[in-house]
Amino acid sequence: MWARAWRLGLRALVGGRRGFTCKADTKGSGRITAEVIEHLERLALVDFGSQEAVARLEKAIAFADRLRAVDTDGVEPMESVLEDRCLYLRSDHVIEGNCAEELLQNSHRVVEEYFVAPPGNISLPKLDEQEPFSHG
Amino acid sequence: MAAPMLRLCCPGRRWALACIDGCSRHRRGAPNGCTSSRKRGQSSVAQQPFITAQKPRKGEHEWAAVVGLEIHAQISSKSKLFSGSQVHFAAPPNSLVSFFDASLPGTLPVLNRRCVEAAVMTGLALNCRINKKSLFDRKHYFYADLPAGYQITQQRLPIAVNGSLVYSFCAGKNRSQVINKTARVKQIQLEQDSGKSLHDDLRSQTLIDLNRAGVGLLEVVLEPDMSCGEEAATAVRELQLILQALGTSQANMADYEIQRQINELENGGEILNETRSFDSKLGCTIPMRDKEGKQDYRFMPEPNLPPLLLYDTESLPAGADPQQVIDIDRIREQLPELPSVTREKLVQQYGMLPEHSFTLLNEVGLLEFFQNVMKETRAEPKKVTSWVLNTLLGFLKQQNLAVSESPVTPSALAELLNLLDRKAISSSAAKQVFEELWRNEGKTPAQIVSEKKLELMQDQEALEQLCHAVMEGHPQVVMDVKKGNPRAINKLIGLVRKVTLSRADPTVIKEILEKKLAS
Repeated sequence: MWARAWRLGLRALVGGRRGFTCKADTKGSGRITAEVIEHLERLALVDFGSQEAVARLEKAIAFADRLRAVDTDGVEPMESVLEDRCLYLRSDHVIEGNCAEELLQNSHRVVEEYFVAPPGNISLPKLDEQEPFSHG
Repeated sequence: MAAPMLRLCCPGRRWALACIDGCSRHRRGAPNGCTSSRKRGQSSVAQQPFITAQKPRKGEHEWAAVVGLEIHAQISSKSKLFSGSQVHFAAPPNSLVSFFDASLPGTLPVLNRRCVEAAVMTGLALNCRINKKSLFDRKHYFYADLPAGYQITQQRLPIAVNGSLVYSFCAGKNRSQVINKTARVKQIQLEQDSGKSLHDDLRSQTLIDLNRAGVGLLEVVLEPDMSCGEEAATAVRELQLILQALGTSQANMADYEIQRQINELENGGEILNETRSFDSKLGCTIPMRDKEGKQDYRFMPEPNLPPLLLYDTESLPAGADPQQVIDIDRIREQLPELPSVTREKLVQQYGMLPEHSFTLLNEVGLLEFFQNVMKETRAEPKKVTSWVLNTLLGFLKQQNLAVSESPVTPSALAELLNLLDRKAISSSAAKQVFEELWRNEGKTPAQIVSEKKLELMQDQEALEQLCHAVMEGHPQVVMDVKKGNPRAINKLIGLVRKVTLSRADPTVIKEILEKKLAS
């Protein structure tokens, strides 16, 4: 209920104002739209349960944005801190597996050595599918 | 490198291997009717058609369908791409799964050298530029058969780019016109396969088997250079043969998708650039239900893997552990013979027609059969080709048998062709012998010939006497021949053949008759 209330609150806040996504240009208000939050929650299954959390996210983005102050023209981006390491190549031999019993113990439900999952992905309810916020 | 690197082992027939992209990957609710994703033995290819035209009006335009393809081929290796569990298609569920494959916390990916070699071989065979540095990324989406919640792939910088796939299209009335076409290979990348989902609609649940999770895949992306389903199918077939020669398997493709899109365009509809899944049961493609619109995979560099560096003889670091470095030049030197080269050799060596070389290579095991027959027979290559492609293949197709299941062995056919070549039997007798051999009763061609008394008469004089006797006995027919009736001679030949109990060569009979008639 708290999460739902928050979402409606946020929507009211952002209301008619143009949303500001982290991909947009820097010097903005740093506000993140409800749509973006919803999108992130759906993609990553994280729960921005409070306005505080969203605010923290916005601060984190603003902090990272300070990187833009550095002129990186013509500099190769570093994709990995491991870039100087050697990627180890393993020989093609079978050395593991055969532990079905052990692995299946992790599963809540099991049917004849199969993991049991729901029939499909269970989507998060959409914003507009929420029940109306009850006052009080 | 001893054996070819890419290979799919399958009992009996060799099945196609390329899998559907997207079908089992990110299914938001299984399409109706689908029970298991990517059934083994299912050959299919994901299509990402790019239709580049504007809004149409019905009947106004000639649509040139433009098809791009993504093909996934399972790499033949003993163990998986990033773990040491076994790659095998038939095993108890979840028995070939390591802790890493099950995505248990604390596990890390360790790259399989053989998979890299396979990718380099394929890249070289497809004239690609091999990237000496390539990177691994994570592609995120949620589905029960992807325990980690992401797939390790190579999105930013794949192992091979900018290649070409040359394939030959047999066109013309008798498909005797051979046109060479090229499809550009955009890239080849290494990636993980996901597990297998078995949908139990009755109990509203999905059963997950992770045996396939983590198996190495080669994704080959072809640019939209093919203009119809048939061209695309031919290209994929050629890719299949190449992967097979290097070591992997084949794929078929329906051109249903092209036709569907043309129909839709002509009806004023819009084609969404979407991934469609091929529903093998329904035999048609269906859109993937994606309520969110475009999928966002949140690609990020795989933080646990440094860049993959490959070397050539020039850049090979001195004193490096050979186990830990991959030399592109060495792999190139050891590439097996590619199908196009094999075909060219057949044409050169045996004077074979190009389209025959295609047929020989298209059937699994047929080329080997042909070569084995050639080894043991003195008959002319053209004769052998004809018997293998027409007679043998005809019989096989009729009973839907693979070459490996042929009751007639190469030795038996060679022996039969030798008899024919020696003129010990006529060609019609040879056909009879072949049919007998097909019954597989363990008899040799020579035995069948003697049992059924199919030997050609060798006694020239006796044959001449018989011809003479027939001519005497049928003066009317002789008159017809002399009058110039072209069919009368065949009647005479027929009569002689009857008298000789079909043991005389019709060509020889004709010669003798013509000689006698002329005198």
